[in-house]
Amino acid sequence: MSSPHAFPQIDHGLLRFLTCGSVDDGKSTLIGRLLYDTKAILADTLSAIETSSQRRGLSEMDLSLLTDGLQAEREQGITIDVAYRYFSTGTRKYIIADAPGHEQYTRNMVTAASTANLAIILVDARKGMLTQTRRHSYLAHLVGIPHLVVAVNKMDLVDHDQGVFERIRDDYLYFAARLGIGEVRFIPISALHGDNIVARGARLDWYRGPTLLEMLETAPAAHTEVAENFRFPVQYVCRPRDSANPGLHDYRGFMGRLESGEIAVGDAVQALPSGRISRVKEIQIGGLGIPSAIHEQSVALLLEDEIDISRGDLLVKPDEAPEAVKTIDACVCWLSETPLSTARTYLLRHTTRKVKAKVGRIHHRLDVNRLEREPAEQLQMNDIAHLSLKLAQPIFPDAYADNRATGAFILIDESTNDTVGAGMIATVESV
Amino acid sequence: MNRLNTRTLTHLDWLEADAIHILREVVGQCANPALLFSGGKDSVCLLRLAEKAFRPGPLPFPLLHIDTGHNYPEVIDFRDRRAAELDARLVVRSVEDSMARGSVVLKHPSESRNKHQSVTLLEAIEEFGFDACIGGARRDEEKSRAKERIMSFRDAFGGWDPKNQRPELWSLYNARVHQGENIRAFPISDWTELDVWQYIQREGLALPPIYFAHPRPVVRTKGLLRPVTPLTPALADDQVEEIRVRFRTVGDITCTAPVESEADSIDAILAETAVTTLSERGATRMDDQTSESSMEERKRAGYF
Ligand SMILES: Nc1nc2c(ncn2[C@@H]2O[C@H](COP(=O)(O)OP(=O)(O)OP(=O)(O)O)[C@@H](O)[C@H]2O)c(=O)[nH]1
Ligand SMILES: [Mg+2]
Repeated sequence: MSSPHAFPQIDHGLLRFLTCGSVDDGKSTLIGRLLYDTKAILADTLSAIETSSQRRGLSEMDLSLLTDGLQAEREQGITIDVAYRYFSTGTRKYIIADAPGHEQYTRNMVTAASTANLAIILVDARKGMLTQTRRHSYLAHLVGIPHLVVAVNKMDLVDHDQGVFERIRDDYLYFAARLGIGEVRFIPISALHGDNIVARGARLDWYRGPTLLEMLETAPAAHTEVAENFRFPVQYVCRPRDSANPGLHDYRGFMGRLESGEIAVGDAVQALPSGRISRVKEIQIGGLGIPSAIHEQSVALLLEDEIDISRGDLLVKPDEAPEAVKTIDACVCWLSETPLSTARTYLLRHTTRKVKAKVGRIHHRLDVNRLEREPAEQLQMNDIAHLSLKLAQPIFPDAYADNRATGAFILIDESTNDTVGAGMIATVESV
Repeated sequence: MNRLNTRTLTHLDWLEADAIHILREVVGQCANPALLFSGGKDSVCLLRLAEKAFRPGPLPFPLLHIDTGHNYPEVIDFRDRRAAELDARLVVRSVEDSMARGSVVLKHPSESRNKHQSVTLLEAIEEFGFDACIGGARRDEEKSRAKERIMSFRDAFGGWDPKNQRPELWSLYNARVHQGENIRAFPISDWTELDVWQYIQREGLALPPIYFAHPRPVVRTKGLLRPVTPLTPALADDQVEEIRVRFRTVGDITCTAPVESEADSIDAILAETAVTTLSERGATRMDDQTSESSMEERKRAGYF
C-alpha cells in the first residue's frame, strides 16, 4: 500500500452509538462538532453548511445542519428522523445515529437505539432532566444498550459551573438506580464550543475525566460482548439443482447469520422446530469452505444428513436448544398512531420466523416520568407496556436480557404492512 | 451466559456479513426482487456481495439497469461483460424509450436525463412487477440519503415519505408491501467511499477503466471538471485542457464530473480517498448542486 498510515493496521472493528435526549439539548450539534473536530467533514460539505447557515441568517455556522438533512428539518430547526454518519479514527470505524428529541418521533429514536452499543444522553445544563431525558434513558436501557454516557451540554450557558454539573449527575444517578441502570459515565461539555468533545476546554478544567472521544475510543465494540449459545436462524435455502453441474445436484446450503456463538465443521446441530439432529459437513461463504464461523458472520451451512429445514427454522447446538413457546411475556414499545387493539391479530416477526399473534393481556403500562406501573386497556403511540402474547405457532426465543437478537421481535399490522410494535421478551416459559 | 469474545470481525468483514444478511432477507421476504446494476463501483460491490450471499446457486434476481442513453461506452461494455460472466439475467430499460412513449418529456433537448430515470425505473417496476429493488446507495453520499432506512418503503407512485418512514428495529427488516408498492433495499447503506475501495481492493474486483487515471479533455467550470464529449461539447469561449483524471462515480455523462488524478491503481486510489478534502458527490455531481434539497426531491419522486 502506498500510504500505510492512512488505514487501520490493527482493526478494532466497529462501534455503533447514538445521541439522544430531549428536544434542543444539542444532539445534532454534538455530532456536527465531533465530526468537525475529528476532521471528518469534507471541505465542500462544510461550505454547504456555511452557506445554509448564512441563508438562515445565523451569525455562526450551525453544525446541526450536518445531520438535519431533510427540508422539513432545516425549516424547523429540529430533527425528525435518524441521520447516520460515519467517521474513523484510524483504529476504529464509528457508525453514529443522531436521534430526534421530540416525543412525536420517539419511534425513530427506538430505531436508532435498537442497533446501538453505546448511547450518549444529552442534558441541557440549564434545564436538567426532562421527561424526554427519562424516556430516552429508559428506552436505551430497555433495548439493552450496554454503555451509557450522560453528557451535560451547554455548560457555556451556566458559566461552566461545576455545581450545576454535579447536581444533574446526582439527579441522574438517583433516577438510574431506580431503573436498575448499572454503569453510567458523566461528562460536562459544550457542543457549540467544542469543550471536552475531542479537545479539553480550558473553561472546564475542574473536570479530570476522559473527553467524549476518549470514552468512545475505549468502549468495547459491539461484538465483543455476546451470548455464547450458537443461534442460526435460517434465512434462505440454496438448492442450485444445476443440470449443467451434476456435482451440485444434491447441494443444500442453509444460509443465514450467526446471531450468537460459534460453529465449526463437525459440530452437532439441531434443527427447530423439527428437533432433528445432524452434523456440520461444511461451512461456506460464497461457495468456498471455511473451518469455523463466529458471531455476526453470514455463511451457508451444509449438513451431513438430509433433513427438512426451511426459512424460519433455527439451528442450535443440541445441548443448548431453547424451548418452544406459544405464549410470551414481553415488554413492547408501541410505535403506531393507531392504538394497539387487543381484538386484532398481528404478524409477529422473530428472527426469520413469522407467526400470527394476539395480545393476551396488558399487564401494565409504564409511566416514564414517575417510573410507575399503571393499568392499561389500550396502548397509544410511544407507550411502553408489559404484556403477554398468544402465538399461532411456536417460536424459539431467548430472553432479551440474554440475547438481543433472539429475544427481540417486531409486530406488523397486516392491513398497512407497517411495523407497529417493538418487543423484547422478558421470560421464556415452555408451551 | 455473556462473556468476552476474543475472536471478532474486522470492520470490513462486519460490513460484508451485514450486507449479505440484508440481501438474503430481501430474497427471503420478497417474491420478485431486482438488483440495480449500473456498472459503477457501488453496484460492483453489490454484485460481489450477491455472489457471496447465494453461490453456488444462481443469483435469485435479475439485474436491472436504467440507461439514460448518456453513459460512457466503457461502462456499458463492462456492465454487459460482468452480467455475462456471472450468467445473470440483465434487464435494460432506457429513458429514450420512455421519451418515445411520451412519459418523459424534456424541458429542452439538452436537459439532463438523470432525474428522469425515476420514470423509467417506475415503468420497469410496473412492467416486471418487481416488489423490491436492491440498490447500492450509501448513507454517507448525501444528507437525505443519510436518513434512509435499509429497507425503505415506496408507495404505489414510487414516492418516498421521509417524514413518515417505517420504524426499523434491530435487523428485523419489514419488506412487506401491497400490490403496486415496492421496497428499496440498500445493503451497503453503512459503507463509506473508503470502505468501498478497501473492499474492491481486498476482493480484487474489476472496474470500468474510467475509474483509473487517464487523459481526457475537460473544461474547468464552477469548481468541477466538465468532460468534453460529443454530448457535452466545448462551448465557444471554453478553455479546453487535456489533463489526467479519474471518475469517483460513474453516472450520466451530462451530470458527472471526473477529478484530477494520477491514481492508476486501486492502491493509489485508496491513498487519495483517505486524504481527500472533497466529498464524492461534491467533487463530481452537477445535479446535486442546483438546490439544497435536489436529492431529497428526486428521491420523493421515485429516484433510487
Ligand atoms: N450555547 C450553546 N448552545 C448550544 C450548545 N449545543 C447546542 N446548542 C444550541 O441549541 C440549539 C439546538 O441544538 P440541536 O443540536 O439542533 O438540538 P437537538 O438536540 O439535535 O434537537 P432535536 O434533534 O430537534 O431534538 C441550537 O440552537 C444549538 O446551536 C452548547 O453547547 N451551547
Ligand atoms: Mg437533532
